[in-house]
Amino acid sequence: MSQTTIDPRSLRTPPRRPLRLSWSDERVRAIVWQILVVGIIGAIVWWLWSNTVHNLEVRRIATGFGFLSREAGLPIAENLIPYSPTDTYFRALLIGLLNTLKVAVVGIVLATIFGTLIGIARLSKNWLLSKIAGVYIEVIRDLPLLLQLLFWYAILQGLPGPRQALHPVDGVFLSNRGLKLPWIEWQDAHSYALLAFALGALFTWFYRRDAIAKRIIDGRPRPVWPMALGCMLVLPVAIWAAAGAPWTVDWPELRGFNFRGGLNMSPEYFALLLGLTTYTAGFIAEIVRAGILAVPHGQWEAAQALGLRPGQVLKQVVLPQALRVIIPPMTSQYLNITKNSSLAVAIGYQDIVSIANTTLNQTGQAIEGIAIIMLVYLSISLSISLFMNWYNARIALVER
Amino acid sequence: MSDITLNASAKVAEAVPRSAPISQVGFVGWLRTNLFSGWLSTAVTLALGYLIIRWAIGFVDWAIINAVWSVPNNQTQACRDLRGTGACWAVVTEKHRFILFGTYPYEEHWRPALCIALFVGLYIVSAMRRFWRKELALIWVGVLTLIGVLMWGGVLGMPYVPQERWGGLVITLILATFGLALAFPLAVLVALGRRSKLPAIKALCVIYVELIRGVPLISLLFMASVMFPLFLPEGMNIDKLLRAQIAIILFAGAYLAEVVRGGLQSLSRGQYEAADALGLSYWQKTGFIILPQALRLVIPPLVNTFIGFFKDTSLVLIIGIFDLLTAGKTAIIEPAWQGFGIEVYLTVGAIYFIFCFAMSKYSQSLEAELNRHRRH
Repeated sequence: MSQTTIDPRSLRTPPRRPLRLSWSDERVRAIVWQILVVGIIGAIVWWLWSNTVHNLEVRRIATGFGFLSREAGLPIAENLIPYSPTDTYFRALLIGLLNTLKVAVVGIVLATIFGTLIGIARLSKNWLLSKIAGVYIEVIRDLPLLLQLLFWYAILQGLPGPRQALHPVDGVFLSNRGLKLPWIEWQDAHSYALLAFALGALFTWFYRRDAIAKRIIDGRPRPVWPMALGCMLVLPVAIWAAAGAPWTVDWPELRGFNFRGGLNMSPEYFALLLGLTTYTAGFIAEIVRAGILAVPHGQWEAAQALGLRPGQVLKQVVLPQALRVIIPPMTSQYLNITKNSSLAVAIGYQDIVSIANTTLNQTGQAIEGIAIIMLVYLSISLSISLFMNWYNARIALVER
Repeated sequence: MSDITLNASAKVAEAVPRSAPISQVGFVGWLRTNLFSGWLSTAVTLALGYLIIRWAIGFVDWAIINAVWSVPNNQTQACRDLRGTGACWAVVTEKHRFILFGTYPYEEHWRPALCIALFVGLYIVSAMRRFWRKELALIWVGVLTLIGVLMWGGVLGMPYVPQERWGGLVITLILATFGLALAFPLAVLVALGRRSKLPAIKALCVIYVELIRGVPLISLLFMASVMFPLFLPEGMNIDKLLRAQIAIILFAGAYLAEVVRGGLQSLSRGQYEAADALGLSYWQKTGFIILPQALRLVIPPLVNTFIGFFKDTSLVLIIGIFDLLTAGKTAIIEPAWQGFGIEVYLTVGAIYFIFCFAMSKYSQSLEAELNRHRRH
C-alpha cells in the first residue's frame, strides 16, 4: 500500500546487454547458481524417492489410498457423527478431523475470551490484580504445553469416581469420568429458531452496512438496534413459541456406576481443552495488552475532547486501532491452537493425528498416513490464514 | 526576582512547611492508589486477597505440612493414605536420579551431570555480551564435542554408553542445544534465500518455510520415526534420537528463518545500496554489512523462539524418546508409584520453568538494553 508512488528512476531500465558466457556476467552467475542449488536438492529428493520405492517393493507395501475404503475396526470413544468399528478408515479419519475441529474451535473461542480478560487485568490499576495476571502469564508461558496437558489429565484422573463426584452447582458433576453438564433436549423448534437467528443476523449486517452508507451521504444517524433486536431476538423467540415453546432440560443423573443424560465431556477432551485454553490465553493476554498499549494516550484524550461518550471512545477510536496491532499475532495463536491440538495423542483423545497414527500402525501405510495428517493441517492452517488475512485487510488502515 | 523573595520571606517563615497528608504519600498512599482506589478496586482486592490466602494455606498444607518426603523401599502405603491431603514427594526423592539421567548406568551418572553443567555454562557464556565474538563459535564447537565424548565415552577409561541408554534432562538439553546450533545457520541461509532475487531459490525457500510452518511438529516427528527409515537405502539405519534431532532442526529452521527475515526486512534500503555502491560482492555485503545489523535487531525475538523450542523438545515423548518429560512420565508407570503424577509433573515443570524463565528475563533485559542504545 505504501508502494503506490513509483520512483521514476526505477522506470528507467538499464540498457540491455547481450548475454556473455562469462563468470563476470551477473545473469550467467544467477542462472548457474540456481541450476546448481535446484540440481543438488533435486538429486537428494530423487535419491530419497528411489530408496523409498525400493524399500516399499522389498517390504511388499502397496502404495495408494485404497486402504481408506477398508473396514477400520478401531473403536472411537467420541464421535460427533454416527460411527461404529465396522465403518471404513475414511470415516474413522473423518471422525478424527471433526474431533480436531471440535477442540480447536471451542479452544479458540474460550482462549480469546479468557486471554482478553487476563490481558485487561494485566493493565488494571489494581496492583494485586495486575500482578496476579502477570504471574499467570509468565508461569503458563514458561512451561511446555505437553507437560501442562499431562498435569491436567493426572489431576482429572485423580478425581473421585462418579459416586463421589464433585458437585459444585446443581446439575454439574466433575469426576474421573469427566465433566457432566445439563443440556436442553434438542428439538426441531430449536433448529428453526437458530436458523431464524442466523438469517436475522445476516439481514442486520446488511441493514447496518446500508445505514452506514446512507449516513455517509446525508449525515443522518439511523439507529440499527431496533432492527437487530427484531431480527435477532424477537423473531427467533416468536418462531420458537409458535412451535410450542419446547423446553426440557436434560439433567445428568447417577445411574448405577455412571451418569446418564446431560452433556458429557470426557476427561481427555476436558484436559485437552483446559490445557490448550489456559496455555494460549497466556499468549493472547500479552497480545491484547500490547495492542491496547499501542494506542497512544493522546487518542483517548482527543476522542474525549470531541465529546464522544466513553463507549464510543472505545468502540470508534481505540478498538479499531488496537485491533490492527492485535490481529496478525492473534492469527498465529489461532493457528497454534489448531496445531497444538495434535498433542491430544499423548493423553488419548482421538483426534486426526491419533487416528491416522493408529491407521498407519494397523495398515503399514506410513507415507499415506503422514500425508493425510500434513494435508489436513496444511488446509486448516491455510483457511485460517486466508480468513484472518481477509479480516486484517478489511480493518487495515487505508492510507492514500 | 530577588525583591519578591525578600518581601515574601517574612510571610513564608510564619507558615511551617507541612508534609503531604499521610493518606497521599508513603505506604498508606501507595495502598490507596494501587489497592483501594474505589469501591470496585477495594472489592477486587479483598476478594483476590481472600482467595490467595486460602489457596496459599491449602497449598502449604498439601505440599509441606502434610507431605511425605521419603518412604522405605517402595512402601507407598503412607503416601496412599494421604491422597488428597498431602503431597508424596517421596516419589521425587526415590526417582530423581531416573528423572534427571534416565537409564544411564548408575555409576556413570557424573558424566551426564557434568554435561548438564557444561550446557548451563555454555548458555551463560553465550548470554554475556562481552563474549559475542567470532571465537564464541569455536567455544560452542569445543564444548559440544566435549559433551559428545563424555556422553558416549569409550575413551580415557570411560566405559562406552550406547545412545539408547541416554535419558532425562541431558536429552532435553542435547535436543534443544544441538537443534538450535544447527538450525540457526540453516535459518540464516533460508532467510537470505527467501529475499533473494533468484526465482528458483526463492521459491524453494518459500515452499520449505510455509510447508513446515503449516504442519504441527508432531507430524514431523512421526515422519522421522516411521517414514525416515523408508527414505534410506537398505541396510543403512540412523538412530532414533538423531532422526528426531533432524526433525527438530528442520522445524526450528523454518521458524527461525522467519525471525531472521524480519530483521533483514527492517534494515533500511540505504544499507543495501551503500554496500552495492562500495562494490562489495553479495557475500561480502551480506557478511559484513547486512547480517551483523539484522541479527542484532532480532536477538530478543530469537531468544523468545528459543524458549518455544526448548519447550517443544518435550514433544519427543510421543515418539518414545527419553527426554526429561518422558523420564518423569515413565517414573510413575511402576505400580508402586502410580497415581503420583502431580508431584512428578510439578518437579519436572519446575526444571523447565527455571530454564525458560531465565531465558525470558534475559530476553527482556536485552531488549531494554538494545532499545536504550537505539534511542541515543
